[in-house]
Amino acid sequence: MRHIISILIENESGALSRVAGLFSARGYNIESLAVAVTEDPSLSRITLVTRGNEDIIEQITKQLNKLIDVVKLIDLAESDHIERELMMVKIKTSEHTRAEIRSLADIFRGKILDVTPTSYVVEITGPSEKLDAFVAAIEPETIVEVVRSGPTGISRGEKGLHL
Amino acid sequence: MELSGGQILVQSLKDEGVEYIFGYPGGAVLHLYDAIFQQDDVKHILVRHEQGATHAADGYARATGRPGVVLVTSGPGATNAITGIATAYMDSIPMVVISGQVSLPVIGSDAFQEVDMVGISRPCVKHNFLVKDVTKIAETIKKAFYIATTGRPGPVVVDIPKDITDPKIKVPYKYPKKVSIRSYNPAVSGHKGQIKKAVELLLAAQKPVIYSGGGVVLGEASAELTEFCRLLGYPVTNTLMGLGAYPSTDKQFIGMLGMHGTYEANMTMHDSDVIIAIGARFDDRVTGKLDLFCPYAKIIHIDIDPASISKTVKVDIPIVGEVKPVLEQMMELIKDSKHKPDKTALEAWWQQIDQWRSLQCLEYDRDSLLIKPQYVIEQLYEVTKGDAYITSDVGQHQMWAAQYYRFDKPRRWINSGGLGTMGFGLPAAIGVKLAFPDAEVACVTGEASIQMCIQELSTALQYKTPIKIINLNNRYMGMVRQWQEFSYESRYSHSYMDTIPEFVQLAEAYGHVGMRIDKPEEVRPALEKAFAMKDRTVFLDIITDRTENVYPMIEAGKGHHDMKLRVALGTSIDRELA
Repeated sequence: MRHIISILIENESGALSRVAGLFSARGYNIESLAVAVTEDPSLSRITLVTRGNEDIIEQITKQLNKLIDVVKLIDLAESDHIERELMMVKIKTSEHTRAEIRSLADIFRGKILDVTPTSYVVEITGPSEKLDAFVAAIEPETIVEVVRSGPTGISRGEKGLHL
Repeated sequence: MELSGGQILVQSLKDEGVEYIFGYPGGAVLHLYDAIFQQDDVKHILVRHEQGATHAADGYARATGRPGVVLVTSGPGATNAITGIATAYMDSIPMVVISGQVSLPVIGSDAFQEVDMVGISRPCVKHNFLVKDVTKIAETIKKAFYIATTGRPGPVVVDIPKDITDPKIKVPYKYPKKVSIRSYNPAVSGHKGQIKKAVELLLAAQKPVIYSGGGVVLGEASAELTEFCRLLGYPVTNTLMGLGAYPSTDKQFIGMLGMHGTYEANMTMHDSDVIIAIGARFDDRVTGKLDLFCPYAKIIHIDIDPASISKTVKVDIPIVGEVKPVLEQMMELIKDSKHKPDKTALEAWWQQIDQWRSLQCLEYDRDSLLIKPQYVIEQLYEVTKGDAYITSDVGQHQMWAAQYYRFDKPRRWINSGGLGTMGFGLPAAIGVKLAFPDAEVACVTGEASIQMCIQELSTALQYKTPIKIINLNNRYMGMVRQWQEFSYESRYSHSYMDTIPEFVQLAEAYGHVGMRIDKPEEVRPALEKAFAMKDRTVFLDIITDRTENVYPMIEAGKGHHDMKLRVALGTSIDRELA
């Protein structure tokens, strides 16, 4: 099963490598990873998507908690949460495809960030499946590149992951 | 007080109460060594190889319970220390390793003797630090000791660039009294509800067994464990790391369990209905094949490390906490409970266990014309009155020492259990002897293991640490040969050496006493003679039966109830006279 683990970690050099190293050393899989500093500059937040059965996820969370730099973590998949991922796609355009791509971007509530006579850069934000769907809707040979941030997430309601 | 980085480091160790540093100098730590030179409080032990430094510090830590301290230079000094750090990590031994690093401005430039120590050590330390500021040295050292010694202990590396130890740069020094780390709060007492449930389950058991491990030794809970076991009257088995935590000569002790455990311990585990695991981690050498592990048992597991619980074996009642307070809480509940252990069931259970015991799985050929390694350990036990500190290397000799030296006290049995590091025994013995100069210290080893850190004989001479080296010389890497005999149709691929040094001469060359023993009747007198030489390190090169195997044994893929026993007692063939 897919799990989305949110980690508050000391914003120190090497902290991320401890997390990444733990996953490789113990044979766990990282599907995606998004990291940035929080409102408290001493803390970073990692959102990590992984897959595994309950036992594996239990071990992953226990092992992560054992890392001295890890302050707190939650498995967002355990409760109601919101997930968002950002994607930018560079698409080759021609006179007769431009209108179609624009309307497709509208349908997906995307934005066109960059325009040249022969290309668009489209930004789409949403759950990962929506991003997949957009990519699937574009002619593959017109895609120059796809950049995805990996999902980040936050729980619904009052409770949150903080100190 | 204004001090340089080097002085701060040494002063911090002093303020931490450090008695010995085990180390080896080099370019990146010259400032530190100069600071060490200018004081006498913290004694430095110069080893002959950095691996020896880590094992000696480790032996010191295992024997005393206090953290071992290591100082090595950057690059090869640091990488040489890795094996010893990993050894300590696998057995949860508190250790602080200070490694020199190239100066901050050249880090990352592939400078001379540069290696990313923080990166290399990361998977085998509890935590590590790279100190980038001279004003942070004292605080970092304090944190390192705090992390190494609390919770589930383990090694901590502090990597210190050369330039921040510069004697010309002085800053105010103050050693923090205590530190707190917001992301690190190890559990102490267990969950009350869980403890209550565990006691209920324990008291309702018909076929209980107490399975305890190294956590009891690390948690200084040997007295509590013993009281707990006696209160219940249940059989007790120890892991390799737990030996001595419960007195091995006690009638409730059914021996070590696992791959080379006793028949009775493994059968008791297999048939039990309730197991209480105390400071043990269900290691693969203990469990055998997981699918076949203890099929009828409900399991209670006390461990300070939540990640050890249900890692390999699912448990029914987990209790996260320090062994000592948890056992105390449990004993209180047991004493207050209106339920008592089921006497009839327990009697029947003990009858069954005694029947397994009567098989005498550790018996061996006592009439052999060759020296049996088991006999040597039994004699060692008698000559030292069971009261020596025994270090060991890794292999057959390690298993024989564990099986035949009956440890009655914790911290007397010092071996590399988790990592299985050959070369551990000799430097560890030096560390133990420094900690307890008046105690008898013996290193049980083999001719293969001893050669992995043999250079430390020189250290033993320099610091006058008179230890006794019991070299069970069978001219094979015995454990490898045994597996090749059982699983590879006796194709002894590279498990022997054509040329083995003349150990007597070697010992003498290092300034020690060497003795060669090749007849069974010489063993006892030789041991007595060796231990009578109080101020000398003695190397006893004992030529043993080279075909002897460690029995009993659970072979790979088998369960506890499926042990390989010695085929026919008393018929071991005296092949190839020594």
